[in-house]
Amino acid sequence: MRRQRARGLLALPALGGLGALLAWGFSGLSPFGHFHGFYGQLLNAIALPQRHTTNTVAAVTFDYRGIDTLGEEFILFTAVIGVVLLLRKAGRATPRDVAQDVVSSQASRYFGVIGAGLVLLVGLWLAAFGYVTPGGGFQGGVVIASGIAVVFLACGYRAWLRVSNEEVLDPLEGTGAGGFVALGLAALIAGAPFLHNLFGPGKAGTLFSGGSIAIANWAVALEVAAANLVLYAEFLEQYVMTLVRDTGDE
Amino acid sequence: MSVLAYGVAAWIFCVGIYGAIISRNLIHLAVCLSVAQSSTYILLLAIGYRNHATAPIFKGFENRTKAVDPVVQALTLTDIVVSVTVIALILALALDAHEAANTVDPDELVGMRG
Repeated sequence: MRRQRARGLLALPALGGLGALLAWGFSGLSPFGHFHGFYGQLLNAIALPQRHTTNTVAAVTFDYRGIDTLGEEFILFTAVIGVVLLLRKAGRATPRDVAQDVVSSQASRYFGVIGAGLVLLVGLWLAAFGYVTPGGGFQGGVVIASGIAVVFLACGYRAWLRVSNEEVLDPLEGTGAGGFVALGLAALIAGAPFLHNLFGPGKAGTLFSGGSIAIANWAVALEVAAANLVLYAEFLEQYVMTLVRDTGDE
Repeated sequence: MSVLAYGVAAWIFCVGIYGAIISRNLIHLAVCLSVAQSSTYILLLAIGYRNHATAPIFKGFENRTKAVDPVVQALTLTDIVVSVTVIALILALALDAHEAANTVDPDELVGMRG
């Protein structure tokens, strides 16, 4: 308790400084609803004529600020590598370890699998039309991974092991991350700047629009979906291993 | 009304920081960090908001329609996805610390063992 109080006292000067900094920063913001950032307005005006992309956010993410997204994607990639390095050292759970998998009712299995399919479909739709309507590779990837995670909830760990094979997921994640880099390098080889949009803009409002944006979008969707599935698999395995350990103690 | 969004962002940030300071559990600490980080989403979106504007998606709209800022939205969406994986990394570290020291209280994680 004493240590906690000392910590609170130590934090006070820092908090005072932080409060002053926050007040100073907030006082300089433009009033809510009256933002006139030139960069955003410019992109809103030129993204559709230049790239034929109706979703300006996707054009910003995968084209105009593509190099920034590449960095973000590699933060994600590195974080997942870190999790895998930390958690995979503790031996693997095999189907034999989970001999007493929780058996769910036939009805919850059927509806669970239907639900998984529906969520998967929504995820694919979000990713596929990401640069036309609201959505994109990041959002789509997360939803795709969630759809597959429903399999664990509805059918238990053994079914999950079958759909989350790390020998498939790890290469898929690498392909997603590498695909974005390859797209950038392809532009270099073609004699253009890194991540330059190589392909024709196509027809606005269709899937064949945006040129390279479509490829970058799918690379990110693959990366995010695989990365999330790897994370789910690692943490679920930790959970199952504690169950195994607990029953072993009895 | 005009300061509400900024106020909410500042409040969420302060709540997260306060939680991190008084935290006695690494998992609680990770949650506090993610609360503090959530304030950045609200701040970014609030900054880019423009009155009577649509989303920056022009499918079925005139390109000349007034729209909110797309850059902060792009930043927010990558931020959200990346933060989830980073929190996962922090939780994995917490698991590791628990395995090594049998505690998740940062105050008890003192001293080194060879």
